[in-house]
Amino acid sequence: MKKIYEPVIGLEVHVELKTNSKMFCGCPADHFGKEPNTQTCPVCLGLPGALPVPNKKAIEWCIKLGLALHCTVPAESKFDRKNYFYPDLPKGYQISQYDKPLCENGWIQINDRKIRIRRVHQEEDTGKLQHIEAEGQQVTLVDFNRSGVPLVEIVTEPDFHTIDEVDQYVKQIRRIIRYLDISNADMEKGSMRLEPSISLRVSGSDELPNYRVELKNINSFRFVRKAIEFEIKRQSEILDLGETIVQQTRGWNESKQVTLPQREKEEAHDYRYFPEPDIPPMRFTNVFVEGIRKQIPELPDAKKSRFMKTYNMNESVADILIQEKELGEYFEKTVRLSQIPPVIIANALVNQSMDIQNVKPEEFINVINKKQQEKQVDTGVVETAIEAVIASNAKAIEDYKKGKVSALMFLIGMVKRELKGKGDATTIEIELKKRLA
Amino acid sequence: MDVTKLTIKGAIQSLKKKEYSSKELVQGCLDQIKRHDATLHVFLTVDEKTALQNAQEADELLKQDITKPLLGIPIALKDLYTTNNLRTTAGSKIINNYMPTFDATVVTKLKEAGAIIIGKTNEDAWGHGSSGENTDYEATRNPYDVTRVPGGSSSGSAVAVATGMSLAGTGTDTGSSIRLPAAYCNLVGMKPTYGRVSRYGIISMASSFDTIGHMTKTVYDNALLYEITAGCDPKDATSVDVPVPPYTKLLEKDIKGLRIGIPKEYFDLQGMQKEIQEVTQTAMKDLESLGVQFKEISLPHTSYAMACYYILVPSEISSNLSRYDGIRFGHMRNQFGAEAKRRIMLGTYALSVGYYEAFYKKAAQVRTCIKKDFENAFKEVDVMIMPSSPTIPFKIGEKASDPLAMYLSDIFLCPVNIAGIPGLSVPCGFTQQLPVGMQIVGPQFSEERLYSLAGEYEKIHEWYTHIPNIK
Repeated sequence: MKKIYEPVIGLEVHVELKTNSKMFCGCPADHFGKEPNTQTCPVCLGLPGALPVPNKKAIEWCIKLGLALHCTVPAESKFDRKNYFYPDLPKGYQISQYDKPLCENGWIQINDRKIRIRRVHQEEDTGKLQHIEAEGQQVTLVDFNRSGVPLVEIVTEPDFHTIDEVDQYVKQIRRIIRYLDISNADMEKGSMRLEPSISLRVSGSDELPNYRVELKNINSFRFVRKAIEFEIKRQSEILDLGETIVQQTRGWNESKQVTLPQREKEEAHDYRYFPEPDIPPMRFTNVFVEGIRKQIPELPDAKKSRFMKTYNMNESVADILIQEKELGEYFEKTVRLSQIPPVIIANALVNQSMDIQNVKPEEFINVINKKQQEKQVDTGVVETAIEAVIASNAKAIEDYKKGKVSALMFLIGMVKRELKGKGDATTIEIELKKRLA
Repeated sequence: MDVTKLTIKGAIQSLKKKEYSSKELVQGCLDQIKRHDATLHVFLTVDEKTALQNAQEADELLKQDITKPLLGIPIALKDLYTTNNLRTTAGSKIINNYMPTFDATVVTKLKEAGAIIIGKTNEDAWGHGSSGENTDYEATRNPYDVTRVPGGSSSGSAVAVATGMSLAGTGTDTGSSIRLPAAYCNLVGMKPTYGRVSRYGIISMASSFDTIGHMTKTVYDNALLYEITAGCDPKDATSVDVPVPPYTKLLEKDIKGLRIGIPKEYFDLQGMQKEIQEVTQTAMKDLESLGVQFKEISLPHTSYAMACYYILVPSEISSNLSRYDGIRFGHMRNQFGAEAKRRIMLGTYALSVGYYEAFYKKAAQVRTCIKKDFENAFKEVDVMIMPSSPTIPFKIGEKASDPLAMYLSDIFLCPVNIAGIPGLSVPCGFTQQLPVGMQIVGPQFSEERLYSLAGEYEKIHEWYTHIPNIK
């Protein structure tokens, strides 16, 4: 009999911070779409003698994110060197954090489950390779604009068991980051990158599998789903054959719609981590950490509960309003400025894709008011319309009387058409029911 | 003009009195380079044109009686100092064509003080060595005996000052590299407190040990340069924000009653030459006549110092040298010299999975013990004194094939870097017509105390007036 497997998934999320300057030098951190190698200096080029000086703002933001994810912030932290060779890494090592991350032991709520967050640490991004053809030759060029951009890494425990959980987690993380206003967290621009690691165990077991497959180079939500789906299928087929799965790193190949091996465990790097001697260890006082905590705005989950409670909103509407921080703020500003019931404002915001960048709340209030007025029609007119519809839709009336609900909806639609879109659906429904009773 | 006997203090006065111009002074040094460089192999790059041009500009300012602390004074920079638009090789062939686009912070400070950069000096490649023989170029010779080593790694800078090719020479000291050449070339050499002088723009050897200092003929000259180079630098996160005292003004401070520690482990050392013992003891008697008190102290972890040093330092080196990959500048890694390769391998090994705990981590713990040794000793004494080297300058080639013997020539000096405290090597006499140096060590940021003791001692013999007779 075929065994049933349960996926065990952990996730590493990398986020580029949108600080003004890079992690260890004064170059601008915003590198997207810039002319190659125009935002560099001796430090981020790793020139002989240049030294890193940590960006205080980046460290504060990393801690802020950690706190928002319910992490603890140890009083002591430090940077370490992760040594490896790659042409996009000008110093031959990446400044990262090894055994003393800025934040650890957090969690995030996904539906009724807590996903544990092992650590949130600070590091620097690498340069970018471009493989192009120049003068008839295949060449690889290096752009160092991205070298040294502040990067935060968020590592979960292997707590996900479905792709949906991963999907919700990633979206929730992105929302929190955007609420904190510390990154654009834009996957297409590479400012947010995901690396799931996946293994399978027999359903019902609670032991961790003795291998894991890491997936790299995934740059969209869609690809994450596809790559994980593919991996689950691939791994269960191997297990079904009674074979063991090789621990390895694989990449998602979008054109072939498969994951392909990149590196086996035997070839795994020995990064030779050691404390970064160019940067003194960091110490944080309680006052400093609490000062950062105070700067954290109301986060999506809290806002959603408050909206539902305060404005008597249903969950699906609240869910949409908290997707973007700006939308929620726009909603509340509109509520403050008008006498219109909040639910009507909320529904209007959700149903009409309002351009909140360009339409001021005051103008939006006028639009709602106008709509409300337009809808008002004389009861007499409504009655006339209902009579006309009844006269010409005998079949639908018969169906309605037989108990077909859709027939009523159809009739309401016909009355609305008769009224040229005016009239309130609820009133029409009540009148129709009375008439047909 | 004869530049061989000049001190910076004297030259500044002469320039002010218009006894000679800066251009004549610089030309005098350049002539000295032309006379002896083929024998002594001091410079890797001489910047004759710019130096003369800058001297002329300095002369203009001198005419207007504009004062700057080092206006018109020619100095030489170790080739680990990054210099804008002036070739910087680190004594290595890997980057023999590297042209930096910026100045090290110290270079900027020296230039702003009016100093004239005459050129870049030879050294053990990347600072790896104690004799100067590990240069990828021709080894520098000791001007007191050209068959002997001048001490390293700041070999060229030391010989430049000893022979009047420049009036000061900058160096870096990770284990001994300023104090040993100072001792072997009859100079005053300062290894600062870690973090006292910015490392920005100085090519890193071992970042947590590297200190940036200089060699001069006299204590005053040394203190004068130190007033300029010391201080916090926003570009170096490990530099320390402690105010810089006016060192030259504090030289005359009374040293009566100063408590001087004699570490017994150092004087018990096997392999210390008898002549070194004798010269050092004579110097101690001289000091006693100045009213200081001696006290035997103990640094119990001394025997672990070299092992600790040669694990931690290569570990950092292996990482610091990985940027020389030949992709953006310089040559391929197979062109590293034997000593650099040796240290890259040692360090890579010590940091590898499975060895890190036994080597790097253990050595880091020993480092803490050695630091504590010094801290405890400085509860009882104000400074310590010991020979700078257990031997006289050795013959070229004598230890080149025996790296361990070479490492041991730094036995009195490396512990000071491990502890991050300052050490000053001062001339204390001659044996077999070769200079002998004495090291004064103090707690963190006690440089002014080291200078005042050295200054008082210097007055007794003025050893710096014994200039080499190059044969």
